[in-house]
Amino acid sequence: MNKLDLKFEELLISILCDLLSNDNHVAVGAASPIPGAAALLAKEEQKIKGKKLRVTILHSLRFNNFTDGARELFDCAAQGRIDTFFLGGVQIDEQANINLVGTGDYPNLNKRFSGSFGSALMYYVVPKVILFREEHSKRTLVKKVDFISAPGVSDKNLYRPGGPKFLLTNKALFSFNKRKKVFCLEKTAPGINQNDIEKITGFKYDLNNEIKNFTYPSRERLDILRKVIAPMVSEFYPNFAKRIWFR
Amino acid sequence: MLPFEKITLNDIVSEVHDGTLLGIPADYSGVPMTFTKELIKKKVKNLKLYCLPLTTIQGDMLIGSGCVTEIEAAAVSLGEFGQASRFQDAVINQRIKVKDSTCPALHAQLQATEKSVPFMPLRGIIGSDLLEYRDDWKVIKNPMECSGKEGEEIILLPAVQLDVLVFHATKSDMNGNIQIGRRRELATLAHASKKVFVTVEEIVDEDFYENEVNAAATLPALYIDGIAVSKNGAWPCGLTGKYNPDLEELKNYSLAAKNQNTFDSYMRVFLNSDNLKAAQ
Repeated sequence: MNKLDLKFEELLISILCDLLSNDNHVAVGAASPIPGAAALLAKEEQKIKGKKLRVTILHSLRFNNFTDGARELFDCAAQGRIDTFFLGGVQIDEQANINLVGTGDYPNLNKRFSGSFGSALMYYVVPKVILFREEHSKRTLVKKVDFISAPGVSDKNLYRPGGPKFLLTNKALFSFNKRKKVFCLEKTAPGINQNDIEKITGFKYDLNNEIKNFTYPSRERLDILRKVIAPMVSEFYPNFAKRIWFR
Repeated sequence: MLPFEKITLNDIVSEVHDGTLLGIPADYSGVPMTFTKELIKKKVKNLKLYCLPLTTIQGDMLIGSGCVTEIEAAAVSLGEFGQASRFQDAVINQRIKVKDSTCPALHAQLQATEKSVPFMPLRGIIGSDLLEYRDDWKVIKNPMECSGKEGEEIILLPAVQLDVLVFHATKSDMNGNIQIGRRRELATLAHASKKVFVTVEEIVDEDFYENEVNAAATLPALYIDGIAVSKNGAWPCGLTGKYNPDLEELKNYSLAAKNQNTFDSYMRVFLNSDNLKAAQ
């Protein structure tokens, strides 16, 4: 991809890692190898700086210290002990509503996906939710989702300390403005410009005054990722790690 | 004589009837696959599955085999191997009813039963479409004064009691206590089930309560109605601390499950496979 022989997944890991530098506790849920690697990378970098970042990876034995059963993640989040969590979506819409259930007229769906997982609580109580959906297209980023697994914003009378802060795809990074209920384009992938993004996005969004390209990771960061983090990822996402690093 | 009911897989299967509300553990908490095989062979119908909070191959196989009419879950997928095709097919063709939920709600409904209270409140959910399709969930104004939100709405979830729970574990001691390690959601499931059966890799000549560390990782025999030994009983799923998932087999399943014909061929072999040999 460039002189670092960078894989695109490594670039996404690096972008996510940059969003985690001020956190105390990052948790990573199901089917999230890229966020999982990003969280561990951020932890390792903080350690070098003498700071502590706690990382909980649900599908790991080593990086999951919960002992009160699968409910502990949700209780812990509701208590405000998790700063950042990642969610995905079959569809994500203009107001950051996410759909993990399916497309079509529920319950008469055309296509069914896995289900809402913990999103219908985590999205409300974790202060910084990062939406991560690799495919950037008009079928994934839509004007209005077919089914709301969890809403992007809520009425004032609802307890909601949490919500979306960022959306990362393989083409762009957006921030989310809770007050205006709108995304804002912040960065684009290498070789992609603002017009390209407009053509492949199904909803309207604001533009940052200064839209930059994704920042490439430093040689130093890439070394940590490949030498230290990759073997850790093998423990909980063996197939992913094999595909990216251990062919 | 053992001070607990040592039974066979078939004894467990005979406790599951058409229409049973069956507790389903997640892929990380001991999936009872040898039991599932026998259940499918019995051709049981109209099962209602309650997943805590999700299911993978176990649920997909039961659905593909026509054993299920209703499923309550936060997710059904094959994890790293993608979507659960038999589940998807059954939903699209309206052969099963899905009570779409979210992980903490599935926990909370069982926690209500643990405490024998009629409902449990939970935050979140309001404003999602999950609520629109769940007439068993109610929204009230918070009647307490400690919330800090004027007129806060909050959701109440009904207590759910399961008819039967079956899970697989590493070992039972000589008194029928089960080692569950950190998988405490198995305790929640057991507390909220009318009947609980466990398949184990082995029954060991120990008393888990002789040692504080073991005791803390134990589900007491008082919740257990019967134990059957089943070596490699979670295969092709993994068993924490004992063996890893058989990734090759899970991949083969995910490919076969893509359509009903290849699923049926796969199942003909799978149902008659010797899981002792297969797991090696």
